[in-house]
Amino acid sequence: MKSISLAEHSVREVNQLLHDQARELTEGQWRITEPDGRHALACGLDQELHVVIDGHAGYYCAGMNQKATVEVNGTVGVGVAENMMSGRVHVHGNASQSAGATAHGGLLVIDGNASARCGISMKGVDIVVGGNVGHMSAFMAQAGRLVVCGDAGGALGDSIYEARLYVRGSVESLGADCIEKEMREEHISELRALLAQAGMETNPAEFRRYGSARQLYNFQVDNADGG
Amino acid sequence: MDDHRERRGLRESATFDRLTIHEIQRAADTGIYDIRGFGAKRKVPHFDDLLFLGASVSRYPLEGYREKCGTDVVLGDRFASKPLHLDIPVTIAGMSFGSLSANAKEALGRGASAVGTSTTTGDGGMTDEERGQSRTLVYQYLPSRYGMNPVHLRMADAIEVVLGQGAKPGGGGMLMGQKISDRVAHMRTLPKGIDQRSACRHPDWTGPDDLAIKIEELREITDWEKPVFIKIGASRPYYDVKLAVKAGADAVVLDGMQGGTAATQEVFIEHVGIPTLAAIPQAVQALQEMGMHRKVQLIVSGGIRNGADVAKAMALGADAVSIGTAALIALGCNHPRWEADYEKIGSAAGFYDDYHAGQDPAGISTQDPELSSRLDPELAGRRLANFLRVITLEAQTIARACGKSHLHNLEPEDLVAINMEAAAMARVPLAGTAWIPGQ
Repeated sequence: MKSISLAEHSVREVNQLLHDQARELTEGQWRITEPDGRHALACGLDQELHVVIDGHAGYYCAGMNQKATVEVNGTVGVGVAENMMSGRVHVHGNASQSAGATAHGGLLVIDGNASARCGISMKGVDIVVGGNVGHMSAFMAQAGRLVVCGDAGGALGDSIYEARLYVRGSVESLGADCIEKEMREEHISELRALLAQAGMETNPAEFRRYGSARQLYNFQVDNADGG
Repeated sequence: MDDHRERRGLRESATFDRLTIHEIQRAADTGIYDIRGFGAKRKVPHFDDLLFLGASVSRYPLEGYREKCGTDVVLGDRFASKPLHLDIPVTIAGMSFGSLSANAKEALGRGASAVGTSTTTGDGGMTDEERGQSRTLVYQYLPSRYGMNPVHLRMADAIEVVLGQGAKPGGGGMLMGQKISDRVAHMRTLPKGIDQRSACRHPDWTGPDDLAIKIEELREITDWEKPVFIKIGASRPYYDVKLAVKAGADAVVLDGMQGGTAATQEVFIEHVGIPTLAAIPQAVQALQEMGMHRKVQLIVSGGIRNGADVAKAMALGADAVSIGTAALIALGCNHPRWEADYEKIGSAAGFYDDYHAGQDPAGISTQDPELSSRLDPELAGRRLANFLRVITLEAQTIARACGKSHLHNLEPEDLVAINMEAAAMARVPLAGTAWIPGQ
């Protein structure tokens, strides 16, 4: 494992080293120390690396990740793993707003709480949150699965498309066009697998499922004079 | 309109004219607002209200066909290690695959590449047809992030962070179900056939300070190679341009209210935003006050139709312009050869604006395979290249007449306005006077 300190190197230098691995893999295991809340850490990775960030990261940590596994031993700022395509990002702490925003694939695990807009416009990613999520989570969520082991804030799943939401605790309120749906065996089964992947020891039978009522998919036209 | 009604003593209301009455009746019939494409159709002060002061005794002109008048432009050299070098300062504005057919996108790429300029993606991501034919391709980064892929980000030549567009500042994209084909649905991760309404705000940043961090991320992901543009719809350009520069933009794209759209509410198109003419001087003032004019390039769009418009925008301080509607018309949109088909769908050549409906007889704003096949991308690309050459030559003609050896040497001093509104907005004197209203 190669260790590199952000007290001695710039974010640019560190990211360039990691990006260079996509062209020629010379080191697969990386440890980044003293991040001190810096932004855009380990973003744009495109190689099967294992990157551990020891400490708190700022905005867009592991943004647009492809293939890599990124672990953060601390909290993360806005937009962790935003637009992730594949790979795995695991936050051993809390996350700020817009965690996993617009992500197309991969797995995002947040051991603690995630703030507002967790999974906003998610497009296929799986997100597992050990604690609570804030308001407007899964806003316009298109695809993928959001698992919340704690409580969800207001307007959950507002204007949701085809994403599936699983919440174990309370939901403050559901957003427009989001409804509770039947929890069938196939859902318990996929939830069990997701929780296992995330390393969460929680009973899938304790969750409730939410999704789209599909009432906002098309404009409603009256055609009053159409006969 | 003389249809003998006035002779019969029938008086049309100026307030409730026939178009207004028709719209009230349409709204009552359907219960939904009118959605259409194209741009603002109302008359607003525009470049036609400005005139150039050609050289005579006090200035001397350049020879029309012999003396050089440069047209090249570099975009994005503030921070990016690989700025764009374009041969002409007329670029192709962002238009999505989805709103346009794949053939239309390919044609735009062919035409632009033939004359050494760029095209721009749109909502929904990058297609192979577009990347394959566009020598220089700008990748839009939009609130919806439909089809947003870091691989494409790296394949692009520049990144355009879209905050808004002139047709609908403050509004998100729209694509009606008729155009959500299997391919479009797959690219956008949406169910087929839905009426797609994109977000109007970015999902992971709010405000200019966050935007600066977002731009930093985009630069990190692309190793600081790509220029980052910020596109704004013209509403408060003085403030928005300042904030865009502060956030770290390499270039600002400023889209006036006449800018086109694939699908937006009519009420939005006609009633939100300010004219291009009014927006440019505010943007230039902002750049000048920050000492960034010509360092952060200003790309202006919204109603650019000919070389005179190009020259006037640049004289007011733009570094380049961008065309959308005019490019589609050059490809074949609204062409009289399809008159019979326009009539069948209740429109007419020269009036067609139902881009959202997906029934475009010219095969441009459609996903229908049969209609799309009507557009030959090679031929349409040649038409666009011809048009781009013509408007560049026109702009050069005017610049030489003003004694300028490069289009960038045009300046506000070369212009006058023919009415007070235009003089006030463009901040140039009323013709024959030294009076600039408000100054």
